[in-house]
Amino acid sequence: MTKATEVISPTSADEAASLFGDGSGVTVIAGGTIVVPDITYGRVAPGKALLLGGAGLDTLDATGSTVTVGAGLPVQRLSELAEDAEALAECALNVADYEVRRQGTVGGNVCAGAADDAPRGDLQGPLLALDATARSAGAGGERSEPLEEFLAHRADRLLLDLTFEKPAASAFASLDYPHTHAYTVLAVTGVRAADGTVRLAATGLAGHGARLRAAEAAAGDPKAAGAAAVGDVTLGDDALASAWYRERALPVLVRRVLAKLGEAA
Amino acid sequence: MNLTVNGIAHEIESAPLTTLLDVLREELGVTSPKAGCEQGGCGSCTVLVDGEPQRACLTAVASVEGADVTTVEGIGTAASLAAVQQAFTHHYAAQCGFCTSGMMLAAEAYVQRGGTDDRGAIQEALAGHVCRCTGYVKIIDAVAALARGDEFDITVTAPSAGMTNLGGVQ
Repeated sequence: MTKATEVISPTSADEAASLFGDGSGVTVIAGGTIVVPDITYGRVAPGKALLLGGAGLDTLDATGSTVTVGAGLPVQRLSELAEDAEALAECALNVADYEVRRQGTVGGNVCAGAADDAPRGDLQGPLLALDATARSAGAGGERSEPLEEFLAHRADRLLLDLTFEKPAASAFASLDYPHTHAYTVLAVTGVRAADGTVRLAATGLAGHGARLRAAEAAAGDPKAAGAAAVGDVTLGDDALASAWYRERALPVLVRRVLAKLGEAA
Repeated sequence: MNLTVNGIAHEIESAPLTTLLDVLREELGVTSPKAGCEQGGCGSCTVLVDGEPQRACLTAVASVEGADVTTVEGIGTAASLAAVQQAFTHHYAAQCGFCTSGMMLAAEAYVQRGGTDDRGAIQEALAGHVCRCTGYVKIIDAVAALARGDEFDITVTAPSAGMTNLGGVQ
């Protein structure tokens, strides 16, 4: 670092929200797994850094019919939701490795910006399929909105927590690139809500994760749903796979997820 | 800010967003954590922070203020090796040695949290650690032996249990 950086460590969520303000000029560091290498390699030079580790955002409440996940919860701890939201737990355990999952946070994963080399934001898929509500702070104060809307302007907000209804069933399927651990090229999550509604979402797309609404409308016919899913998304090329390959893999993942949801009926 | 490294308290002078890896290596001269990829992908900088394995390269030092950091220098000495160091020696689990300190600390934490000698579980626990000598079979042998509570004679090298587990190779 060549210039002095103001580093602030809030000790409560309210203090974090207040210090974040409208977010301008603030670099948020939670687990650090994305931002710290960005600083090391000179891609980010924070003027003001907000260290969230002591802000008390690492909460998990699954005692009632809903689940609330604090933005500062380590990704590894989502494994505790294996009974309440199986697909979310399975997706979380598919992220990186044990140490990085212990350090990286749910909020950091959900809010990660796009990278050139590989997709980010694995948890967006299950959380979109779970129809999670995002509570965040930023310009205009605190607000809650569907995660789908939040993702569009996540760079300007400080995510506080995510809440969703426990589903009747959920399923996750991913296309992985084998390395020492698996990098997720493309993934699909399916959720059957308590009222029977089926929701589908994908990650590994050209932008952030997205709901697969045309596929959802055809969920009763997995083959048709798989074909429809291609029209729901924009696919891209990166170091892991081409858009051409992803287009052929997406229908397969949709069919696998719907088959798993069918088995869980 | 303060940091305890291998039982010794230090007053840290580096800027707050300096990585824990740079503080250990450059400011304190503790060089067992290696600077491999410096983006969290290789595992060679892994240290124990309050007993849990953590990537020193992904950690801004200000975020671990007051923590207790342990590196391999702190778990044993040349005259009195820790069990994990004995296991790696007896099973010939180090080749060039670059990944070894991270591997040993991840292995130590794995056993401390109740890990067994199940080879799949060990692979999962060490998944973030790359050995470019590709010496994984003997590393897993060593961690399995440590998890079983074996005693080690470091004057001899163990035959590889892993090779017999590959099956089909006669």
